[in-house]
Amino acid sequence: MDNSIKNILIAGVGGQGVLLASELLSEVAIISGLDVKKSEVHGMSQRGGVVTSHVRIGRKVYSPIIPYGRADIILSFEQAEGLGALDWLAPEGKIIVSSTILVPPSANLGKLKYPDDPIAEIKKKTDNVIAVDADRMARDLGNIRLVNTILLAVGSPFIGFERSVWEEAIKKLVKPQYVDINLTAFAQGCELANSKAGV
Amino acid sequence: MKKLLSGNEAVARGAYEAGVKLAAAYPGTPSTEILENIAAHYPSLYAEWSPNEKVAFEVGIGASLGGGRTLVTMKHVGVNVAADPLMTFAYTGVNAGFVFVSADDPSMHSSQNEQDNRYYAKFAQIPFLEPSDSQESKEMVLQSLEISEKFDSPVMLRMTTRISHSKGIVDMADPVKLDEQKQFDRDLAKYVMLPGHARARHHAVLERTTALAEYVENSPLNSVEEYGTDVGIITGGIAYQYVKDVVPETDVFKIGIGFPLPLKKIKAFVESHKQVIIVEELEPYYEEIIRAAGMISVEGKKYFGREGELSPYRVAVGLKEAGVVDEVPEITFKEAELFPRPPILCPGCPHRGLFTVLKKQKLTVTGDIGCYTLGTLEPLAALHTCICMGASIGNAIGMEKVNGSEKGIVAVLGDSTFLHSGLSGLMDAVYNQSNITVIIADNRITAMTGGQQHPGTGYTLMGKKTKSVDFVELCKALGVESIRTLDPLNYEETMKIVKEEVERPGPSVIITTQPCVLMPKRIMDMPYEVILDECNGCSACFRIGCPAILPSKELTEKKRPKAEIDPALCTGCTLCAQVCKPEAIVLKQAAEMVK
Repeated sequence: MDNSIKNILIAGVGGQGVLLASELLSEVAIISGLDVKKSEVHGMSQRGGVVTSHVRIGRKVYSPIIPYGRADIILSFEQAEGLGALDWLAPEGKIIVSSTILVPPSANLGKLKYPDDPIAEIKKKTDNVIAVDADRMARDLGNIRLVNTILLAVGSPFIGFERSVWEEAIKKLVKPQYVDINLTAFAQGCELANSKAGV
Repeated sequence: MKKLLSGNEAVARGAYEAGVKLAAAYPGTPSTEILENIAAHYPSLYAEWSPNEKVAFEVGIGASLGGGRTLVTMKHVGVNVAADPLMTFAYTGVNAGFVFVSADDPSMHSSQNEQDNRYYAKFAQIPFLEPSDSQESKEMVLQSLEISEKFDSPVMLRMTTRISHSKGIVDMADPVKLDEQKQFDRDLAKYVMLPGHARARHHAVLERTTALAEYVENSPLNSVEEYGTDVGIITGGIAYQYVKDVVPETDVFKIGIGFPLPLKKIKAFVESHKQVIIVEELEPYYEEIIRAAGMISVEGKKYFGREGELSPYRVAVGLKEAGVVDEVPEITFKEAELFPRPPILCPGCPHRGLFTVLKKQKLTVTGDIGCYTLGTLEPLAALHTCICMGASIGNAIGMEKVNGSEKGIVAVLGDSTFLHSGLSGLMDAVYNQSNITVIIADNRITAMTGGQQHPGTGYTLMGKKTKSVDFVELCKALGVESIRTLDPLNYEETMKIVKEEVERPGPSVIITTQPCVLMPKRIMDMPYEVILDECNGCSACFRIGCPAILPSKELTEKKRPKAEIDPALCTGCTLCAQVCKPEAIVLKQAAEMVK
């Protein structure tokens, strides 16, 4: 077992900013002088399909994809995707899931059913769940795409690294006009993480 | 300097560092980003989108013969298109170094098959290199070019989706200093493949393979990592990383050059281990060659299968079966019921209007490769074949010749696909007078691969304004007598014109005129809204399969869900409003005024 590797899985739907989140996370590792690999599949998945990004951080990383059952942290930007990503979660792993619900159009005609309460389903399986109303927080901040930064912030205490390193990564990778709002979203996420950690 | 690069970004960097003069490609997942990165970051290289992989390859051959180091890239099935020049360029050999990327797609994340292109190298008798991460992807561009020049052969750099799209840390280097530009040498016996010349060149090819077989025995690209274990594993490409993840301290023979294989070195490895397992993705390529060379004790595919991508998990399961590891880490939270989320046409996509009509008219639709292939998915389900680039037209002709055209046969393909390889099919439809309708879904971009220019868009890869193909004039020149244009988001017009053209005897062409809703510019018009009191729950709007249309919590008397529209997703294309019989879908602004 390569206990020195930190495995983070980010799950969401095309257009939710999964790739930016995994870029930020990788950048944090690089700034900290660690090895990092990340993997996701582009192509058809971007047309509203599932986007799953694997990030692995350590002294020396081989496989760019996380083995099943070995993710230390799962960040899910959508409720049902969080449920679907559980195969990857390590026994002691933590899953942080946004309140966001995105129902695919194929579900509208009743051919497949969106789960009634995905977060409740996740909670039936593991106690290590942090449900975050990131959907509302992002809407309040004026941009639904901020769900990614909020969830990264909530996950950051468990992932590690100094807050300043995260902020440095945001300043480096986010388009200049969106840096401030992302820093605000990150700060709100951190605050929430602190309050949850206190519970 | 260190940077986090994808395999594709690393190849682009590698081309720059290796002094490549020309790079050519047709876009294709997972290879597309290589040329995009060259154009974006290394403008000192000439880079072009060619109309198809065959042309890209031929442009590349010209560049190599002209004396400039050359990179050509394509997805695995693109090599099928370029196979004609490849097989004979293998005979002539190069002048300046020539490397082409074959980006294979195990698991078919975005492809119609998962062919294993390592066999192409053996077939053409040319060397291939296979990187296992981004750093190697970069280095192997230069190494391929050096081997290409040393052995007078084109070289294949074989990538896979996981290598192309995974990111890792890469060490940057300065570009190499090359000698003066080589010139084209009019060596007719080498470059004019008349039968007499070609016979001599075939002999040269076989001698080259013999020389390469010696070379690979000592190449550091084939390396052994020793830990003193009884078990030895032979692997290469991404599978190497999975092996290292699962059994980090087991003896490994890592293959970097996959053709020809270093059989003497492998034999020594096999003989010094009690058990040797081959871990390779897709076909038993290494296994067949190694066993054919007499090392029949090695095992591979019986533990790992020939379908789909490998993963650390699959490698662990296979190694357990082989008795190499004792157990496979368990999956604690088994989630059997994965919620499916198939890809869909974007909100506002003009293809949605077209397929809504084709479905309504119950036409037989031969399809092609592009975003519009998604017209095959529920609820549209209005596209009935998809084989390869440009196949839609030939498929329609053949079907019509054996079945007659009474039911109406329509071929649908995009603008970029039409220019790639649809033209010759249309020529056949005219020449042999086939009663089919060809619909060119012209959204003015190569959309599925992320929005690349092509000869119909008026811009080059390097951002220069250029001539653009006039589709109407082109079809006229081919002899098509009826060519109609229509707005696919105008439901009535599309219904009418499609019906007229399908009923018309002889080949006809319809060209749609709405641009892609995402690229080059995101189209966002004013959103629409459902007036719930007017909605009768007929679900006509659901059946167009738009991601912006959702079931409302409000039900009709018959307990059917009414519809609602997500204003953040709606682009205002109006298609749903046009198919709504009770006229319950209106401009959001107008709805609010009524309130």
